[in-house]
Amino acid sequence: MTATDLGLPSMGGLDLVPTTDEPQKAKEYKSDQEVRWCPGCGDYIVLNTIQSFLPTLGLKRENIVFISGIGCSSRFPYYMNTYGMHSIHGRAPSIATGLATTRPDLSVWVVTGDGDALSIGGNHLIHALRRNVNLKILLFNNRIYGLTKGQYSPTSEPGKVTKSTPMGSVDTPFNPVSLALGAEATFVGRALDSDKKGLTEVLGAAAEHRGSAVVEIYQNCPIFNDGAFDMLKDSGEAAQRIIPLTPGEPIRFGPEGEFGVTTTGYGGLDVGKVADIGEDNLVTHDPSIEDTAYGFALSRLGDQHLSHIPTGIFRQVQRETYDDQARAQVQQAQEAKPGDLQALLTGKDTWTVE
Amino acid sequence: MSTSANGSAAAGTEALSASRPTEVNRLERVVIRFAGDSGDGMQLTGDRFTSEAAAFGNDLATLPNFPAEIRAPQGTIPGVSSFQVHFADYDILTPGDRPDVLVAMNPAALKANVADVPQGGTIIVNTDEFGKRNLAKVDYESNPLEDDSLSAFEVHEVAMSTLTQGALADTGLGKKDAERCKNMFALGLLSWMYHRPTEGTEAFLREKFAKKPDVAEANVLAFRAGWYYGETTEAFGTTFEIAPAKLPSGTYRQITGNTALAYGIVAAGQQSKLPVLLGTYPITPASDVLHELSKHKNFGITTFQAEDEIAGIGAALGAAYGGALGVTSTSGPGIALKAETIGLGVMTELPLVVIDVQRGGPSTGLPTKTEQADLLQAYFGRNGECPVPIVAPSTPADCFDIALEATRIALTYRTPVLLLSDGAVANGSEPWLIPDASTLPDLSVAFATEPNAPDGSGEHWPYQRDPETLAREWALPGTAGLQHRIGGLEKAEGKGNISYDPDNHDKMVRLRQAKVDGVDVPDVEVDDPSGGDARVLVLGWGSTYGPIGAAARRVRAKGMPIAQAHLRHLNPLPGNLGEVLGSYDHVVVPEMNLGQLAMLLRAKYLTDIQSYTKVAGLPFKAEELEGVFTDIIREVNAA
Repeated sequence: MTATDLGLPSMGGLDLVPTTDEPQKAKEYKSDQEVRWCPGCGDYIVLNTIQSFLPTLGLKRENIVFISGIGCSSRFPYYMNTYGMHSIHGRAPSIATGLATTRPDLSVWVVTGDGDALSIGGNHLIHALRRNVNLKILLFNNRIYGLTKGQYSPTSEPGKVTKSTPMGSVDTPFNPVSLALGAEATFVGRALDSDKKGLTEVLGAAAEHRGSAVVEIYQNCPIFNDGAFDMLKDSGEAAQRIIPLTPGEPIRFGPEGEFGVTTTGYGGLDVGKVADIGEDNLVTHDPSIEDTAYGFALSRLGDQHLSHIPTGIFRQVQRETYDDQARAQVQQAQEAKPGDLQALLTGKDTWTVE
Repeated sequence: MSTSANGSAAAGTEALSASRPTEVNRLERVVIRFAGDSGDGMQLTGDRFTSEAAAFGNDLATLPNFPAEIRAPQGTIPGVSSFQVHFADYDILTPGDRPDVLVAMNPAALKANVADVPQGGTIIVNTDEFGKRNLAKVDYESNPLEDDSLSAFEVHEVAMSTLTQGALADTGLGKKDAERCKNMFALGLLSWMYHRPTEGTEAFLREKFAKKPDVAEANVLAFRAGWYYGETTEAFGTTFEIAPAKLPSGTYRQITGNTALAYGIVAAGQQSKLPVLLGTYPITPASDVLHELSKHKNFGITTFQAEDEIAGIGAALGAAYGGALGVTSTSGPGIALKAETIGLGVMTELPLVVIDVQRGGPSTGLPTKTEQADLLQAYFGRNGECPVPIVAPSTPADCFDIALEATRIALTYRTPVLLLSDGAVANGSEPWLIPDASTLPDLSVAFATEPNAPDGSGEHWPYQRDPETLAREWALPGTAGLQHRIGGLEKAEGKGNISYDPDNHDKMVRLRQAKVDGVDVPDVEVDDPSGGDARVLVLGWGSTYGPIGAAARRVRAKGMPIAQAHLRHLNPLPGNLGEVLGSYDHVVVPEMNLGQLAMLLRAKYLTDIQSYTKVAGLPFKAEELEGVFTDIIREVNAA
């Protein structure tokens, strides 16, 4: 993408949002509405994490807006004592785009799920990402339709038996991180609902990022897809499967750090034993690499069986945002020639009747 | 072939002046139709002729008519593009039924349009295009210029391509490029015939092709060659004069409906002191609203070309939530896609202007043709009880006022408003008495600043209403203490929390309806110059205003009284409409659909309505409606 160079200074995601010196507490971010997710739903943990995280940003609470689509996770805004809109299925990124473009003083968050973002709203997601609108998109991925009671989703594993696929799903699923990178996303991260620390770190970086940030959150649905991510939470197995991405450090994992990531002959990445690869041949993680191929290769290390799952920040690069540039054009036009309504209405070719 | 045109390669800037004595006929009005291939530049030619008429001070109305294909196969009927202009020395209402003069640039243009030319009408053809191949393309078995099939008309055969190429021989322009200037030759000839001022066209050409001065000069030369051709050949014995029209005094400009609509949105932003966000997706015939507004960023207007129709309205609604004037523009198929978001706008009670420039439907239908068949879609095309105010412009110039009116209703009542333009007013043009910007209505709004809970709790209740307008407060993100959540789920009256309570839902459905029903709209005015003798009322809405009015004039000129009323507000309908309908023995409603307004009126007023409909993709002809009204009046009088 070639952006017009409008001489904009490099900004952080929250630079235009008013701050407060008043210390804030998580409690202040809880609305008076009773939370109505099912007992044991992963959404509770995410909600608590975000309510604990937001006070650390020091923003004026009234300048934070949560916009959601439809689905279990999209009830999220009702539980936040901020501004919020629970919109319609799949369309939250478009509504948030209009808001973010006209209101640079707001921190705009989109809450969406795997069905909302990747199925009915897939078009809006990819276009928000390519435009790089200053939005933070939290994609709750539970790999199932919960609110409609248990149909397979665009991230369900092939062969998934659900109410709508009694003989097993024959759909190939999306890898949300791969999709986001394919759509030119400038920030892509992934975290587990249960990993408060990891999720908070990714959220913090996303908030500070100027442009679209997608955070895929693996979230357990205890009713229709219970235990989908248990193997990433089981203390015995997790270390074998989760590949933590730490910028500037070689990518290693395993209980003793005995596994690592190395390059393949095709420009891709693969996992292996460090003993076989050799420490010098381990890939050092760098999310600022411009070429999306690197983040994409990282995203392909994971598969639907969760044998290996990188978590953390896949990509974090600077690119001018749609909203900053759109506002700059308006400002430029206003400074060059302030609007004169009478002159516009009169135009150039007129005649007078006496 | 030699040409009598100005032989010099560079056209001077001196004005053209006629010297050959011709018989000058004074006419009150004339209708000219330029017709040719899609690539022949007929829209530009018509547009320029219109500007000349405007500059001369005639009243005018135009009807562009072009195919949806950018370049349909050359020389075929589907590829024919035409532009009709009606100009007169008095105020006229329509682009005219039938052309007095048809300019046919090829056999396809002749064949597609000749049936509309009245007996004795003038046809000017470009004979160069009447070769065997072109004749065969449109199934002419013999050359109509050689058989007697055009004997009822006054036919002028002009070798326009050859003459244009001859005039441009010294310019160094290739033959093909030179030939492309033949539309300006035709324009020059017609400009001579009708004593049109020519300076404007020459200045226009030089500005349009400023970056290609050789092309600019070639077009000016071709234009002059056409003018001199009329002046020097003996073929044209008569020229015509149409005096300036006696319009109300003031300064005028020519304007199309889509431009007026865009200016109306600019003005609405200024008068409301709100930034404007147009969220839209390109679609014929609405795209010009986007094109025009994107030029006016200096008025604080952001135009967002979205990934689809749904995202266009989504962004507009998001901007409205943030305190901007949210606008979306589309045509009928786009409204179908936007329906769910309009519903969200109704539920969240946010202001939004939704522009539907109607075209022929259903489905993709007739993208470049006009129709009024989205009225019921505007009324009912959403799930649930989902009322929205609806307005419709009557003329191209009225598009400006209707945009301000739609904005007034949206901002005052916090609701999406449907604005139903159509292809005829959108692309048609007319003189516009330029408004004084300082007299435009004040549309400023007050945002909520303090918590409003009536129980003194210090909370903010987003669905607390103004008792008079029933509008809820507009509390913008960024306002401390007013944090609240809205959304598509049913909300408790006042507090605005999610509510599944049966009584609350019943109440909220009725409240939303009552709010729209209570929108303040002016009474409909009835035009009956007979002073009350009329027993028949003709009621229309939208772009049929012109043909209905012209037909009513003709009927009255025959001594038959008829009353005319025209609706700009479709929902709610004017408060006096029931009484007006009841005051006549007979009511006829002409519509370019299958009787959608008639159906609504019958249901609402339990009154007998005669529906007269035509869905041909073209405006009604005044002559056709004159016949309909005449028959009805005779029947009513005989009964």
